[in-house]
Amino acid sequence: MSSSAAVSPPSATGAKPTFFSRLKGGDQVAYLITLLFASIVLLIAVLIVYVLWQESSLARHKFGFGFFTSQAWDHNEENYGALPFIYGTLLTSFLALLFAVPLGVGAAIFLAELAPPKISNALTFMVELLAAVPSVIYGLLAIFTLVPLMRDYVEPALKSTLGFTPLFTGPAYGVGYLAAGAVLAIMTFPFIISVSREALLDVPREQREAALALGATRWEATWQAVVPFAKLGIMGSIFLGLARALGETMAVTMVIGNVPKISASLLSSGYTIASVIANEFAEASSDIFRESLIFLALVLFLLTIVINGAARLLIIATTRKGSS
Amino acid sequence: MSRLAWRNFVNKVMLSLTAVCTLLTVSTLILILGYLIWNGGKSLNWAFFTQLPKGPGEVGGGMANAIVGTAKLVGLASAIGIPIGFIAGIYLSEFGGVTFPFIIRYVADLLNGVPSIVVGIFAYAIVVLPLKHFSAWAGSVALAVMLIPVVVRNTEQFLQGVPQSLREGALSLGASKWRTIVTVVVPASISGILTGIILGVARIAGETAPLIFTSFGNQFWSSGFNEPTSSLPVMIYNYAISPYDDWHRQAWAAGLVLLALVLVSNILARGILGRGTAANRA
Repeated sequence: MSSSAAVSPPSATGAKPTFFSRLKGGDQVAYLITLLFASIVLLIAVLIVYVLWQESSLARHKFGFGFFTSQAWDHNEENYGALPFIYGTLLTSFLALLFAVPLGVGAAIFLAELAPPKISNALTFMVELLAAVPSVIYGLLAIFTLVPLMRDYVEPALKSTLGFTPLFTGPAYGVGYLAAGAVLAIMTFPFIISVSREALLDVPREQREAALALGATRWEATWQAVVPFAKLGIMGSIFLGLARALGETMAVTMVIGNVPKISASLLSSGYTIASVIANEFAEASSDIFRESLIFLALVLFLLTIVINGAARLLIIATTRKGSS
Repeated sequence: MSRLAWRNFVNKVMLSLTAVCTLLTVSTLILILGYLIWNGGKSLNWAFFTQLPKGPGEVGGGMANAIVGTAKLVGLASAIGIPIGFIAGIYLSEFGGVTFPFIIRYVADLLNGVPSIVVGIFAYAIVVLPLKHFSAWAGSVALAVMLIPVVVRNTEQFLQGVPQSLREGALSLGASKWRTIVTVVVPASISGILTGIILGVARIAGETAPLIFTSFGNQFWSSGFNEPTSSLPVMIYNYAISPYDDWHRQAWAAGLVLLALVLVSNILARGILGRGTAANRA
């Protein structure tokens, strides 16, 4: 960014009178062309916001803020509410982080601090491949492996041991919040591992050596000197994982059961914002139904923008700290 | 137990736990790959690549149209997305001032994080609604919107990695700025830029959510780009949630083909990238 400033005289302020005179040199033409293409990026973002806002106007006016607290999903009375979907989205993402954060951060610590560089790089490469596996393939695997496993072993076991809590009641279908959370965990930990590992590797060596020289064990040095230093980067990786989990569509749609209802039990079927859109948008017949789904998309969009923005800021903050 | 022994004990336990975490996560990949290859391998046959899908419940048939459909969708999306992303990336790295590039960069990052299903709705609203039918165009627009931010940020990053002295050398020989970019800066970073493009294209090739209500699906061949078009990811989705055993078998086969496509391009691309960064470091 700053490195190119030394050789880039044309400034972005093209005043009208000098506009055509500036076109004379090939450089100005190149500048304008690239500027035009860069503006397309901005245009797409603005268009997305505009389209979501415009195409959901019917639903926004009809339901207003009541949309967020209503549990209705009634095609006959054309009454729609977002609460079951928001609940499902937040619950499955929370479950995903519950599994993925300890696993991911643990693995990142091992890869950054303990593993020999060659092994660390090879394993990180494999983990990054995990991140490239398409969502629908996770869904395919989950339907035919995870769901039967949950139905026949995990959920009966949970019910017999923890069945006294409201969290693990009701019939064990296999599909539901818990299965969706488990799939999301598998899909988010590659992000947590690779970004956290980078943050840990950026910690200056002195930080480690000072702790070890004071007599700390390897674990103490890692946990008390290295991890706190990389805390913001690790937080950032968790937020990135969260943003991915919130917006994840296909795999969740295939295992969550698709029932627009709020249930306390993790074993019961539910719905998320992304999966209700994926499942019902193509056959949304009435305008108000379609616009309610687009309204949901708007909510999801804003949610992920906020989480992503926070993640980027945290990651930027750590890189600054590491380089200073 | 003495305090020191306790500390050593905690040290050993926690360090082993991190190793267990790594083992669990990495073994997941091996399990996924293994299970998919095993199931997909025994489901794949020649008909899968050459025949059209059969009706619901009928045994046999293939996904020839979906394979071609995916190629069409990804090809058109690349044709739209790569030039836009590449040139915008050049702007960010080579021509940018301070404020506007910052905005573009931030917006590109945000676009990158927009859920794919939302991108699908966007493409539905700007292509399907005006044309009043599903089409390959709509699907490609959705995929292109997902591809652009990846290419922009990656191109910028690798152009930035080109040493300033190379630019100054070309400029001092009297080359104009755009000539410097075209003949010196871009060639110096082309392997990294290509890597990013391959990774981006591999990512959109596996996207399902933006296609469900844009390119939709098609039992038959689709001619041109103006008809609903079948694609591998959407076929996997539809077949996997169907009640028919033979469709499940074909979903596994399609999953294997799709995963092979994505992973092979990832491994190839990262191979190029690996050499590129090693050379930069040396």
